[in-house]
Amino acid sequence: MALLEETYDIVVVGAGHAGCEAALACARLGFETICFTVSMDSVALMPCNPNVGGSSKGHLVKEIDALGGEMGINIDKTYIQSKMLNKSKGPAVHSLRAQADKAEYSRHMRMTMENTEHLTLRQAEVVEILAEDGKVCGVKTYSGAIYHAKAVVLATGTYLKARCIYGEVSNATGPNGLQAANYLTDSLKSLGIEMYRFKTGTPARIDKRSINFDVMEEQFGDENIVPFSFTNKEEDIKRPQISCWLTYTNEETHNIIRENLHRSPLFSGAIEGTGPRYCPSIEDKVVKFADKNRHQVFIEPEGEYTNEMYVGGMSSSLPEDVQYKMYRSVKGLENVKIVRNAYAIEYDCINPMQLKASLEFKAVDGLFSGGQFNGSSGYEEAAAQGLIAGINACRKLQGKEPVILKRSEAYIGVLIDDLVTKETHEPYRMMTSRAEYRLLLRQDNADLRLTPIGHEVGLINEERYEALLEKEKQIKAEVERVNGKKIGASKEVQELLEQLGSSTLKTAVTLGELIRRPELKYEDLASIDPERPQLDDDVVNQVNINIKYDGYISRQMKQVEQFKKLEVKTIPEEIDYEKVGSLRKEAVQKLSKIRPHSIGQASRISGVSPADISVLLVYLEQYRRNQS
Amino acid sequence: MFRNDTIAAISTAMADGGIGIVRISGDEACQVMEKVFRPAKKKDMKSVDSHTAHYGYIYDGEKKIDECICLIMRAPHTYTREDVVEINCHGGVTVMKKVLETVIRHGARPAEPGEFTKRAFLNGRIDLSQAEAVMDVISSKNEFALESSLKQLEGSLKKKIEEIRKVIIHNIAAIESALDDPEHMTIDGYGQQLLVDVKKLKEEITILIDTADNGRILKEGIKTVIIGKPNAGKSSLLNILVGEERAIVTDIAGTTRDTLEESINIHGIPLNIIDTAGIRDTEDIIEKIGVDKAKESIASADLVLYVVDMSRELDHNDDIIMDMIREKKVIVLLNKSDLDKKIDADWMKKKLLKETVEISTKTQEGILKFYEILKDMFFQGNLSFNNEIYITNMRHKNALNEALESLSMVEQSIMDDMPEDFYSIDLMNAYEALGYIIGESLGEDLVNEIFSEFCMGK
Repeated sequence: MALLEETYDIVVVGAGHAGCEAALACARLGFETICFTVSMDSVALMPCNPNVGGSSKGHLVKEIDALGGEMGINIDKTYIQSKMLNKSKGPAVHSLRAQADKAEYSRHMRMTMENTEHLTLRQAEVVEILAEDGKVCGVKTYSGAIYHAKAVVLATGTYLKARCIYGEVSNATGPNGLQAANYLTDSLKSLGIEMYRFKTGTPARIDKRSINFDVMEEQFGDENIVPFSFTNKEEDIKRPQISCWLTYTNEETHNIIRENLHRSPLFSGAIEGTGPRYCPSIEDKVVKFADKNRHQVFIEPEGEYTNEMYVGGMSSSLPEDVQYKMYRSVKGLENVKIVRNAYAIEYDCINPMQLKASLEFKAVDGLFSGGQFNGSSGYEEAAAQGLIAGINACRKLQGKEPVILKRSEAYIGVLIDDLVTKETHEPYRMMTSRAEYRLLLRQDNADLRLTPIGHEVGLINEERYEALLEKEKQIKAEVERVNGKKIGASKEVQELLEQLGSSTLKTAVTLGELIRRPELKYEDLASIDPERPQLDDDVVNQVNINIKYDGYISRQMKQVEQFKKLEVKTIPEEIDYEKVGSLRKEAVQKLSKIRPHSIGQASRISGVSPADISVLLVYLEQYRRNQS
Repeated sequence: MFRNDTIAAISTAMADGGIGIVRISGDEACQVMEKVFRPAKKKDMKSVDSHTAHYGYIYDGEKKIDECICLIMRAPHTYTREDVVEINCHGGVTVMKKVLETVIRHGARPAEPGEFTKRAFLNGRIDLSQAEAVMDVISSKNEFALESSLKQLEGSLKKKIEEIRKVIIHNIAAIESALDDPEHMTIDGYGQQLLVDVKKLKEEITILIDTADNGRILKEGIKTVIIGKPNAGKSSLLNILVGEERAIVTDIAGTTRDTLEESINIHGIPLNIIDTAGIRDTEDIIEKIGVDKAKESIASADLVLYVVDMSRELDHNDDIIMDMIREKKVIVLLNKSDLDKKIDADWMKKKLLKETVEISTKTQEGILKFYEILKDMFFQGNLSFNNEIYITNMRHKNALNEALESLSMVEQSIMDDMPEDFYSIDLMNAYEALGYIIGESLGEDLVNEIFSEFCMGK
């Protein structure tokens, strides 16, 4: 039988959040791209929580958008509720989160994919990565068809040898009962790639009609909507919102769980994968935090045209009958009907330390990967990596340097650097506390930080780039003006200050100094600042932040200067650490394994001491002089 | 912490003799100098020529510390190829330390082990052929600093720092978990609660800084080992030495009690007598502790006091001991001079080529002579204590100061009513600065604390 053979520039394996970003980036940069999915109906599927964003994840989505990715645009089209979290805190931790209409989210992403030039979406299971002399050259599907390509991006999510488990029931399927991908792991292993087995879980979906909302607290969205995409304005995307609901577990719930722990596959040992600590199952919470007599439960709609509701806070792998008992013990869920059971899912992923910071495999030239396959968790983390893996696959074919975002530049930089540098033993989730320069990496300035890079890559058009430069200019000019503008102690000024609950002036101050007062902001002072130019809200926002937090921001900027000095010191790929005599043994082992791209990355490897870094610096200098 | 800023250290031996040099290197070396140095003849130090010497005084604010000669050497023709300032002071350990501390208070930071040499090499000053040697210096010096600091830190001080760090990380985790999961947790009004902790921590760190000031974090002084065969009179000698200056023996609760050294001061010379259980209690050091253990003590010593019972003939045990101490600074104490002498002092001196003195621990005859010899060795600069210990102490103090400063910033942020996320930035800095002292970095500490102490998640 004649086998099918086709040739593309780039193959993307998987059409989840990572795969979609990767495939779109490649196609938009002009490369003939084919994207494989095990089911055309699972493009950009959200098999767990029905929302996008949240603390630090919202930052990621904004960054994806600033670089020219799709996630922000897609959620703006399909959100059903929007909220800015942590609004009472500092601007660095304001985080945007939207409830998504899952079906719409998936449908719109699929439509975008289908209508992107140079992009082919194809339903088939990839079973083998084809490589010659350590260089990738294509993939083979289950049917035996061969697709030649110069670069391959793996984004298999949680599908590799996936197994879904609750109680004694175990199905060899991917999420949502979708077909698992059972062959690729072996192909990867034969290429010398080290695999991990991770685990995660999801709560039950319940029927809206069986819920008593009267005894729950209604959770509304924000009145003012902040779009995820910098290309949207509030009025472009404003629409009626749908509420979520809050209720609580109680002692009875916890007793039911305790009495049935022995039937949980987690405690019986039937699950071997490593689960994430940040989204523990309800049984984990009850065991670990035994002193808490209740836990929050958020009931969230899965979409506008469905009665399915997501039970946030109660993921579980207990048997079906226990699930019923447990959910029905919660206030408002007394008569609840389950539509889909809660389950735990186990899957194969890689040890991400095998990747370069470009997300290319060190061992296989031209093979890239992103998403949960890399040991992360979350739609946003996946999309961010998919975008970078896609961009860097293209840059490889273009013969250009890869895009490696620094920790001082983007959450995406922190995410990828952590993945490829630090040993992870659980699915990695983004957190604002992981970003050491978070005052600079705000969600509100993601465009200022990253859109120039997106433009350089080719995913941001001229118009958008010009607009950004203009915005930048306006911010700078206005900050300067405000810091130079003297305000005297006139009657008008004193009255305004009194009115705003701020102390009156004894001597003249600058407008900047007034804005720096905790109780005042730029907008409040319009009446005493007649020369003020007409500015967009987001420019005003930047002016406020830059002036108000100036002290903290400039301190972090100083730290970044020091940080960058080590980041730019790159380490030649061929360095043999065994030959660096004075390094400690542990350092030699770690450095040889991770092969950091810069001294900065090397300094973040656990087990490499500052003294080792000093020795390495001297060695590299010696090496450099010997070469020249 | 790995920075490329302005560094300082004492670059001569820590001995009370000759001239002591405090060396500063880096972009801001001259600025630091301008803040602490006042030339005797009025001139603008900013515009003096490179490679010139200037006579004047070191001041800490309005307090005169010492008179000195200040050498100004601008980049690139310097040892490190950076701006270098060398302050030649009158020597005297106390004065040198004061000068260095002043320099550090005005913007330099204590150099890491081997850092001057490293910079010299990286900036192309040192020949390629010496790269291996440079790397060896860095790693061995660091090894030493780490070892000595860990050894000395064991016990209560380490525990104290760990306790402080624990409180800090718990507070950060409380804030961060709420920021991460605002719908599950709230920290509104957390500042007032945190303020109480921060005030207390600041007090505790201030006490530690005083401890460091008094050189009690790491013991400075001449590391001295008493060695000899059983019944030679080692314990009696120790009793005399300790009894002599009983009042000066440092024993500040919680700082030194559990270290293995006894600090005494003989006529102004600081000695750390290695007071191992073995040497104090064991009858026969050679037989019972074994040659290896003895060798180890000797190897790390700055000075060996070899006690010989001169009323007995030497035997093979003495040969073993003499073999071990050949390369060291040694004073041979021929004890029991009040009994029949079987060993001749001159003969012994010629045999070992070491200072030799006859003493009697019973009648105390010769003890004053021994002190004279000790003083001569020290003030002629033949005997000094290890720079690294002092500088490590200095680095620790610097780290404590950084932690204190960070906590003050937290305090300020709370008073200014800043949002809670700002607190954790400076708390984190304090945590890391303290970690530096006990050799621990942040790593996954925070994430672990968040997940073990706070119930997170969907």
